[in-house]
Amino acid sequence: MDNRNVLGALFMLPAAAILLTFLTYPLGLGVWLGFTDAKIGRGGEWIGFENYEWLWDDSVFRLSIFNTFLYTVVASIVKFALGLWLALLLNRHLPFKSFLRAIVLLPFIVPTVLSAIAFWWIYDAQFSVLSWTLMKLGLIDEYINFLGEPNLARASTITANVWRGVPFVAICLLAGLQTISPALYEAAAIDGATPWQKFRNITLPMLSPIIAVVMTFSVLFTFTDFQLIWVLTRGGPINATHLMATLSFQRAIPGGALGEGAAIAISMIPFLLAAILFSYFGLQRRKWQQGGSDK
Amino acid sequence: MATVKLKQVRKSFGNTEVVHGVDVSIDDAEFVVLVGPSGCGKSTLLRMIAGLEEITEGEIYIGDSLVNKIAPKERDIAMVFQNYALYPHMTVFENMAFSMKLAGCSKQEQRERVDEATRILGLGDYLERYPRQLSGGQRQRVAMGRAIVRKPQVFLFDEPLSNLDAKLRVQMRTEIRELHQRLKTTSVYVTHDQIEAMTMADKIVVMNKGNVEQVGSPLDLYDHPANQFVAGFIGSPAMNFLKGVLVTVSAGRAVKFATDRILPAPASAEPDGREVILGVRPEQLLINTLASGESPSTKPGSDEATARQSSVDFESGVEAKVVVIEPTGADTQILCKLAGNDVVVVTRERHTFRPGDLIRLNVQDGNTCLFDPMSGGRL
Amino acid sequence: MATQASETEQREGMHFLESVPRRWVTVYIPLILFLFFLLFPFYWMGLTAFKPNAELLATDGNPFWVMAPTLDHFKKLFVDTSYPTWLWNTIIVSVAATFVSLATSVFAAYAIERLRFKGAHQLGVAIFLAYLVPPSILFIPLATMVFQLGMFDSRLALIFTYPTFLIPFCTWLLMGYFRSIPFELEECAIIDGATRWQILTRIVLPLAIPGLISAGIFAFTLSWNEFIYALTFVSASENKTVPVGVITELVEGDVYHWGSLMAGALVGSLPVAIMYSFFVEYYVAGMTGAVKE
Repeated sequence: MDNRNVLGALFMLPAAAILLTFLTYPLGLGVWLGFTDAKIGRGGEWIGFENYEWLWDDSVFRLSIFNTFLYTVVASIVKFALGLWLALLLNRHLPFKSFLRAIVLLPFIVPTVLSAIAFWWIYDAQFSVLSWTLMKLGLIDEYINFLGEPNLARASTITANVWRGVPFVAICLLAGLQTISPALYEAAAIDGATPWQKFRNITLPMLSPIIAVVMTFSVLFTFTDFQLIWVLTRGGPINATHLMATLSFQRAIPGGALGEGAAIAISMIPFLLAAILFSYFGLQRRKWQQGGSDK
Repeated sequence: MATVKLKQVRKSFGNTEVVHGVDVSIDDAEFVVLVGPSGCGKSTLLRMIAGLEEITEGEIYIGDSLVNKIAPKERDIAMVFQNYALYPHMTVFENMAFSMKLAGCSKQEQRERVDEATRILGLGDYLERYPRQLSGGQRQRVAMGRAIVRKPQVFLFDEPLSNLDAKLRVQMRTEIRELHQRLKTTSVYVTHDQIEAMTMADKIVVMNKGNVEQVGSPLDLYDHPANQFVAGFIGSPAMNFLKGVLVTVSAGRAVKFATDRILPAPASAEPDGREVILGVRPEQLLINTLASGESPSTKPGSDEATARQSSVDFESGVEAKVVVIEPTGADTQILCKLAGNDVVVVTRERHTFRPGDLIRLNVQDGNTCLFDPMSGGRL
Repeated sequence: MATQASETEQREGMHFLESVPRRWVTVYIPLILFLFFLLFPFYWMGLTAFKPNAELLATDGNPFWVMAPTLDHFKKLFVDTSYPTWLWNTIIVSVAATFVSLATSVFAAYAIERLRFKGAHQLGVAIFLAYLVPPSILFIPLATMVFQLGMFDSRLALIFTYPTFLIPFCTWLLMGYFRSIPFELEECAIIDGATRWQILTRIVLPLAIPGLISAGIFAFTLSWNEFIYALTFVSASENKTVPVGVITELVEGDVYHWGSLMAGALVGSLPVAIMYSFFVEYYVAGMTGAVKE
């Protein structure tokens, strides 16, 4: 039906216009910028792979790649473990379940920057309430420099990221858990399964499609994180917490080197594609989900 | 000995009691059916036997052991669920072998036991398939196979056939019965379908609103129902209930209806004038072909007709008006209006009645019942 | 379909087999710990906002409670800084961006899901992939574009760029909702002689209202939360949004005005939190719906 195609095109027009203009084109532009030596204030000239060559020799850039991976891998694993645990807890017969579910999501709802400020305060080298408590308990002698010491800073930012991300993982996995029929657990109980065996043989396999989707999003957002690091450490101390996104910003805007910043940002793409493809295969409908009709 | 004994078993959810003091005794190798309408507590009772629900009060014994606080896996039972509860991510083989895998049995042993069950149930071609790729009947067989492999003391069935279409249900009924005859395992079967109960059970437990109404063999319940509920629940089409008053006539006891019609009643110690409900099964109503061609000039309620009735031995029968005729091929069901009551008659003969025709009905000598209108108990 | 008779009976489950002490160790205590972990920062944020500076900087006493609560920090926030302006900017940008995104997404989702024109499915996938492109990759080229278009340092820049991550998500969400509306309803309307427009406005949209609410709430929250574009495209104080303003202007040199910072964070989180509390189910449905697709 011609009519349908015309109408379809018409309906798609606004969305397509916005996305093509402000997403697809900039993506291409960004790639191009990476091949130039553009600076703020003046246009750029084509310099080929110079930016990338220079970056490859830049120890800070290499460090940022390492940091990004460390940050993403550790935070994602912890988020998955804690999120799954929380989801299992929330799936039980509890009083005030919907209220609990609602407040559990709060860290995810509240603007990241604003909750990061709270963490900034909690991690303050002089006034941290954490240090105060630990001192009072006699566990430490002096206030901890959460954000001033490289490895501590990494741990602190990862913790803040986990704090923010666990609710998302937990609530999504909870939704998945609720699709598993209780009769399956009852049948397993009769078959003689212990709680661990139930988890391993029923919960995990049946949850794996949702796990694949949730963790893909989680990894994606963690890898490209900017806000949390920028607020807490600006990438320091000594670039120990610089992610590729924050380094890109720093070089481009305060630093003024647009071309170089663009090159850093664009180099995130291969890793992102790898992560997406990896999860895509996890997303494939398993054999046991295919085929057949109901009843 | 795989016996199951329930002693004064009660179940409450919060403050609401749903099972009120049930006593049932199930013998070794017996096939017992718990039957009743939706919400009567039969499934809850089964789940308590299985260990899936807490037993609020009372005791349940499987064999000689008190199982109240024992986990399902220690009770040596196997259950077939209404929705089959097959593990969707495992093949048919893995589904059936799951309990053995959990117990740490060798692959060899798993193979052997599953093969045995497969042979009995005819699942040989499906072992590598996933539940989603099977039809309803096949899934049901896999669920049973999973239970058979366990070699339990007691089989529990929770309405396993209610998700199948009618034809398949009839076929599976017979298969389950054959399975029981072959394996001779004690079985407790829950259903809301009284036909399943009648055809499959050694013993039927009729339940209503958390109480046991009657326990007995199928024919026992059919011929001698303890109360109106059981009488109306067992048998299809259901027994006819006609409200009236006990009277005595020359030929014996009878029940007189509002329009002065009377039908014979069984012998009873109750006095004349007592309000009763007469229970007559559809096949116990006979169509009196001798009188059915009678002229319409005989108006109901006229002194002549009443006099004729009360003085003879009911041969001429009672007049009824045909409302709907339903021929099923094997028999004919006729819905009539008799003395103000809706009545169903079942007969093996073919008739050419039309809606609105007047026919005369007799009651066959035999097991009609009298019930008390208040309590529903049999008189 | 046969009746599911046994499903009218209540179920409680096998929890009676688990001893109460064990339940405390495996369920209640971990849950309490989780809740503490997740909610303590909010408590701390709120507490600090009301604590006078003297108490804030003291190292003795009990930091977990406030002795003499004060509204000074809020006053300073609203009087001495441009916070009210930032608040207003954020509201305007979020509402406008949400509106634009919802409007375009509705049409796009309807087109892909219902009109099923040629290439619709591929477009759907493309839109989903668009959501995966992170702002931290696009912000530099977008900055140059914004500058060239003369929109630099204006709210307009944000209103135009936010839809790039709002539209894909909203479209995806609404596609799911449209899919759940039985096609027979539209067929009925077609037979009755309705035009596509009438079908969309009279039948599909009213039924998709839960989806619209979910998408709208999500879009509003995501806009409110956005930082990197706002940081890059806007520089003048009176054009900033709350996240940017609070970070850049409430720290004077080495002096951190913690009280006002927390007050700013608290007030800045309130609109989203309040909206969330009214529409929790929609929020959760939106989140899990998108993930399940």
